[in-house]
Formats: sequence, C-alpha cells, structure tokens
Amino acid sequence: MKIIACIKQVPDSEAKVKAEGGQVSFGDAPLVINPFDEYAVEGALQQKEATNGTVTAICIGPETAKEALKHALAMGADEAILISDPTLNNLDTLGAAKVLAAAIQKIGADMVIFGRQTLDNGAGITPAQTARLTGYPMLGLAGSIKVNERSVTVERVLEEGKQIVKANLPAVISVVQSIGEPRYPSFMGIRKASKAEIPVWSLSDLGISAPSEIIKCDELMTPPARETVVEMITGESPAEIAEKLADKIIAEKVL
Amino acid sequence: MKTLVYIDHFKGAVQPSSWEALGVAKKFGSAVAVVFGENANDVAKSAFEYGADEVFVADDSALKDYQAETYASTLSALASTLNPNLILFPTTARTRELAAMSAVDLNTNVMTDLTGLEANGDSFVATRPIYESKLFEKVTCSGKPVIATLRGRAFPKPNQETGKSGTINKVDAKGEAKSTVEGYSASESAVNLGDAGIIVSGGRGVSNNPSLTPPAGLDEKQAEIWRAQQGFALVTDLAKVLGGAVGASRAAVDAGYIPYSHQVGQTGKVVAPDLYIANGISGAIQHLVGMRNAKVIVAINKDADAPIFKAARFGVVGDLFQILPALTEAFKKKLGK
Repeated sequence: MKIIACIKQVPDSEAKVKAEGGQVSFGDAPLVINPFDEYAVEGALQQKEATNGTVTAICIGPETAKEALKHALAMGADEAILISDPTLNNLDTLGAAKVLAAAIQKIGADMVIFGRQTLDNGAGITPAQTARLTGYPMLGLAGSIKVNERSVTVERVLEEGKQIVKANLPAVISVVQSIGEPRYPSFMGIRKASKAEIPVWSLSDLGISAPSEIIKCDELMTPPARETVVEMITGESPAEIAEKLADKIIAEKVL
Repeated sequence: MKTLVYIDHFKGAVQPSSWEALGVAKKFGSAVAVVFGENANDVAKSAFEYGADEVFVADDSALKDYQAETYASTLSALASTLNPNLILFPTTARTRELAAMSAVDLNTNVMTDLTGLEANGDSFVATRPIYESKLFEKVTCSGKPVIATLRGRAFPKPNQETGKSGTINKVDAKGEAKSTVEGYSASESAVNLGDAGIIVSGGRGVSNNPSLTPPAGLDEKQAEIWRAQQGFALVTDLAKVLGGAVGASRAAVDAGYIPYSHQVGQTGKVVAPDLYIANGISGAIQHLVGMRNAKVIVAINKDADAPIFKAARFGVVGDLFQILPALTEAFKKKLGK
C-alpha cells in the first residue's frame, strides 16, 4: 500500500511568537516538524507495517523545510519530497490543498494521512479541502486506522464520543493523538535521513499555476499581556481554605 | 445582507455556539438557519426562537448520520440557490470539514475559529487566533460568499423567545456518501470542553494519594491508574456541583488516567471558560496555551514553585485530596445544592 504523509514545518511550540513590523517573529526558536504531523507520520508508519507498504512524506515550504522531511525519514518514512516554489509565499488553506492534491495525484496513493491541524495557522481544514479536491473520502480525527483489502475503518474521536466510519481506499485521513505516541528516530534512521537526497518539485513539475490567495492577513496583533497576580489562599485546615476559596470564586461572579 | 447559519447538532442536541452564530448573523441583516439530519424539525423550531428569519431543513434519510461529503454537497447546493453574502458555522469537528468542503465547491475559502467579525461595506473583517493564541490576525475573505466558523463563547448568545415560530422550508439531500457510519462507541462519555463555562481539570498529581490502598491483584501500572481514577472522581464531583466539564492535562491522558477527549492544551482542546480549576497540574507551556485565556484560573498543587501559579488568579499550596472534597462541600453548601 502506498501511503503519503503530509507534513509542515513550524516554529517550535516553546517559541516566543511576536508581531514585529507586520511580520511574525519567533526569535531564534528552532523550526520543527508540526507536532500534530508527527502523529500523521506515526499513523502512516503503523499502516506501512500492517500492510507491508511504503510511506512518502511531502511538505510545502522553503529549502529549510527539508529538515522536517528528514525528521519523517528518520522516523522511518521511505522517501520525502519537498514542494517549493518562489510563487508560494502567500498560501491559504485552500491554496495548500490545491498544491497537495496535485502532488498526491502525481505520486499516486492508497492513503493520505494528515495531522489534525498546524501549530501556526491552526485552521485544521486543509485535509478536508484536499479530500474534496481529490474526490477521496475524508475520515477526520481518526484515533485508530484499520485497513481490510481495499477498505479502511477508522475510529473518529469527536465531541460526542467515538464514531466508527468505513470507506473505500484511496482515502484522506487526519489523525489525533490516540493514534499512538510518535516513535523516536532511530540511530540508523537519523543516519539514513542525513544522507538522503530530497527531491524538490516546483509548481511546473506539478503542472499547476500558483493558487490565488482568498483569505488574506491584513494585520497581526499581539494579545495584551494579562496581569495576573496570584492570591494564595491559606488556612488552618482544608475546610477553612475551601471555605475562603469558594467565597473568592463566588465573588468573581463566574458561577 | 443575508447570512446562512449552519446549526450544528448531534442527534438533536445543538452545539450552543450555533445560537451565538445566529446572533451574529442578525446583527448584519437577515439570518437563514440551515438544519440537517435526524430530529432536524425540533432543532428548526429552536432556531426560530433564537432569531432565525427563515429555516431550511434537510431531514432526508441520506443525512441521518453526519457524513462530510453529502452534508457539504447539500449545503453547497443550498448556498448556490440562496446566494448569501456570508455563511456562518460554530467551530466544531464536523463544521471544520463541512465549511472546508463547501468552500471548495463554491470557490471561496473559510476563516476559522473567529473571535471577532465586523462588516465593512459589503465585505467582512475577521479576527482569529494563530500560533496557539500567542498572536491574533485580522483577515479578509475575497471569495463569495464569505465563509467563517466562530469560536464558541466568543460572541454573545441571543435571548430565546419561547414560542416564536415560522415556516420551515424543506430541501433534499445532494451528493453521494463516500463513507458509512458503522456505529458509535459508548465507552466514552460526551465531552464538550469548547462550550463549557466551567472546567475542573486534573493532572498527574491526581494519582498520588498516599492514603489509598489499591485492591489486591493489581500490578504497579494498574494500581496507579486505579489511584488516578479515584482522584478524577474527586475532580468530577466538583465539576458536577459547579455544572462544569472535566478536563485533563496531557500527562494525565498519556498515563492512561482519562480519555484523550478530555485533554486541554496544545495537542488537545484550547478553551476559554469563565472558571478553570487546575488540580495537580504543574503547568507546562503546552497546557498553559490551552487554558490561559480562562477568565478566572484557580490552581491547587502541592508544589509551591509549580508554574501553574504564575497563570492563576487564586492558588492553594496543599494536598488536593483534602482540599478538593472540602471545596466541593463548601460549594454544595453555599450554592444550596
């Protein structure tokens, strides 16, 4: 089975992100594979093992995004492809989906796996848009994946509990954390990844032109710093502390 | 200005932020509610009470269970006919997919998880959090119609006018299903942290009650989980008295104390309740980004240096296994429950 894992590179979650001169700045924080996409790679590798398949990791981004692809290779992906083009500076979710859909069709896949969302934009809608564009069924927020011949059954983790859904392959699947803790890159994996030649595809390799940007960012704002001064509640006994704390909470008028 | 509002519900139980979306639509002009699926008629009646001018219902058997492709095709067809300026959704797992797919069909795009939305001539300017709410961006959508999903509790809920009604318009399901729902797993209870006004959460610390003796025959891991479940029972007791939801830190979820759907934080849910009570949660940045926008944060932890206290309004350094039950009792008494 041919599996594609779609990943993105983002600033590390510990980064101090700020708006500076209309641009996002994150200081000297490292760029890493989107943490949600580590679960996508993990899910893809589980299916590779279950079906004796292959995993191709793909990523849209600048040359430096090869590092995120190397992480996927080190975890165990068989190959990686970077999609990079100077015209792709302002991609919105649908633009990204159009580029990914073209790449998926060029590579050919039985299963396309995404993380639930990215850490930077956080919209979480590119998987469904990619599914709509390719015409593949969308199985969102899967906590487990089971392939049987040409069909796939997933357990979706929704607000109301778990929903079991079945579809034919090829399918687009987004995964959540219940899929399993992403494996650490092995020593052999890291060595293999460091030597890997990662091909770079431009839009002309995909036979498409740059998608127009429908959602535009006009302004970035840093949220006002919250001034929280903690008030410690003390007392002689748990009952006394609880009594005082309950009165304080009631006085905040949030109940 | 005409706005379509998608009312999201599960077997007739409406996501309350759907009504908030209806309130936003009314601010801009006429509000047309759209309800799909089982029990759609009852939901449609409520939509009138929350201010819908018109309601369109598709309760076709093809739409009995939510299914992304058919729901999207039905919505896209309706939008093509009604030609609204704006389509609004509450932000939920279902609507992210549905809005995403309809945007593809209608050749526009979606502004997700908005905390602000203003009309600007015949266009709209939206505010949304990015980078886990470390930044906000103002965005516009040049496609027509403009499609947006609204963050729960970011907009006021309109008053319900009981008895207000109107004519329900019926529409047919469109499109072809690409998946089949085989069933629902009852093992996990419903958790809707996004809409909760009060969240009581537990972390790794809830498993450390030294005074408990686990039943004989459990191995070390089973005994730890058993202890944690006793701890979460105390968390749940307080949540019940306050009418809130139960949350958890990633550490608690990873250790198998409680299902993933309860997780607050980076890889779980980002929440902004009025009251957040963190029990035995140290306050890693990945947890803080998920709850720091709560109005009032209370932290109970035995470690006075725990970072959670830096985010908290009120803090108690102490044994949560003693404080928590005492707090539940105090609220029972004070709230007359």
